[in-house]
Amino acid sequence: MGSTSVQPFAESLAEEYMVHYPQEKIYVQGGGSSAGIHAVRSEAAQIGMSSRPLMPEEKDLIAIPIAYDAITVIVHPSNPLDNLGTEQIRRIFSGQMKNWGPAGGRNHAITLVTREEGSGTREAFQHLIMGKTEISLGALVQDSNGAIRQLVADDPHAIGYISLGLVTDQVKALKIDGVEANVENIKERRYKIVRPFLFVFKASPERQVKNFLDYILSPPGQNLLVQEGLVSVTTISATPPGGAPSK
Amino acid sequence: MIKEKFLEKSLFLVALSSISVLALIAFFIFEQGVPLIWKAGPFSFLLGERWFPSQGSFGIFPMIVGSFWVTIGALIIGVPLGVACAIFLCELTPAAVSAAFRPMIQLLAAIPSVIFGFWGLIVLVPLIRNYLGGPGLSVLAGSLVLGIMILPTIISISEDSLRALPRTLKEGALSLGATHWQTIWRVLLPAARSGIVASIILGMGRAIGETMAMIMVLGNAVQMPDSILSSTRTLTTNIGIEMGYATGDHRQALFATGVVLFFIIMGLNTLALVISGRRRS
Repeated sequence: MGSTSVQPFAESLAEEYMVHYPQEKIYVQGGGSSAGIHAVRSEAAQIGMSSRPLMPEEKDLIAIPIAYDAITVIVHPSNPLDNLGTEQIRRIFSGQMKNWGPAGGRNHAITLVTREEGSGTREAFQHLIMGKTEISLGALVQDSNGAIRQLVADDPHAIGYISLGLVTDQVKALKIDGVEANVENIKERRYKIVRPFLFVFKASPERQVKNFLDYILSPPGQNLLVQEGLVSVTTISATPPGGAPSK
Repeated sequence: MIKEKFLEKSLFLVALSSISVLALIAFFIFEQGVPLIWKAGPFSFLLGERWFPSQGSFGIFPMIVGSFWVTIGALIIGVPLGVACAIFLCELTPAAVSAAFRPMIQLLAAIPSVIFGFWGLIVLVPLIRNYLGGPGLSVLAGSLVLGIMILPTIISISEDSLRALPRTLKEGALSLGATHWQTIWRVLLPAARSGIVASIILGMGRAIGETMAMIMVLGNAVQMPDSILSSTRTLTTNIGIEMGYATGDHRQALFATGVVLFFIIMGLNTLALVISGRRRS
């Protein structure tokens, strides 16, 4: 149980796993990262899903990254811009920069699109790009990655952010500070807008939990996640960006 | 005799259970929402303009204003169309034609709101974006979609109240030499006024409560719209769009939004009852 950003991936992992090991039963539930971590501590769930690193007071639990997710800033394919600096993105999303002109684009008002309050993707974007700056209240709000992609694909002047795995030809993913969002750059830690997807469990996990984790970290499990658009943990060595695993 | 009593009592129980569902829902909404309103302060909750629930800012004023504008827009579009349609069905067309029209209007009421929203998103929004400017997701798009959605309510209740008028009213006016149009405009419409007003208020209730279609065409920005081309968020869409991930205070703030909505709808329904009650007496 836990993060709704991790939930769809955990669901497909659980499905595959139960095909291979029909005697095992795994139930996946959303609720948010904090709810997931809380559920593990109160033993309501055996594994928690989190899209944020553990807080210091949660360090009695073990967190293992199962994959990495990059967040990309997307615009309409006809937008002449290819690159934006972090500071420019911050100014655009805070509503200080309202026109594409000063950023080097066409002289037209920017259509700003964001996720709703409470969304894990929004939280990660806020944390990794915006910092203390607030996202403008004037921004259009859509409640899924897909809806944002559709809006940006339809509006030549729109800008939004979605997971790298969900970028299609309909939209253009911008370079950030000159770095393109791709597996290579994430692996080399040049692309910084990356968050880990963590599985959280108690210090001495049961056999079933261990087996499931072994499956996820094995090549078939990781391949499944890569197919779904995430970046495999095996491609990134040692300490990953966006927060080190606790143990 | 005993059987009779038994049936009466059991029907009473059935009626009671459906009302108790209402009470249960109301209790739950209030139990969840009211503590947060007190915590945030009723004043800053209702009149605050900053909505950052994850940071503890709960101001829903932009959404109250958004609901208001979208509803007004829907009435501007829906009322003239609806009342005109009711007059047409009642007075200006043979019974056979209105008998053919009526099921079509009922069908309009049966279309799920998500279909209206989808149509608005695919057809209206690009038209507005390309010809009028702005992001297309706007108060105008919302008002147009809602204006159409409230038509069946306005048409059917207005038509009923026009039909309920005594024939003598019309006969009297015509025999005094008034034309058909003068009769409609000067005699029938004023006589049916309370029914028409009740239909408008019920339409308003429908407009304020609509969620799915509005999430799709309004754009959901938390701002007071500065033109009909800018995006806004209504009270209902605030709940609809954020309930997915809301926990703790954020979730309670959505219930608190529901409390405000509850009072608005109660007020409107009471108003409609009073007005249509006056008509009967």
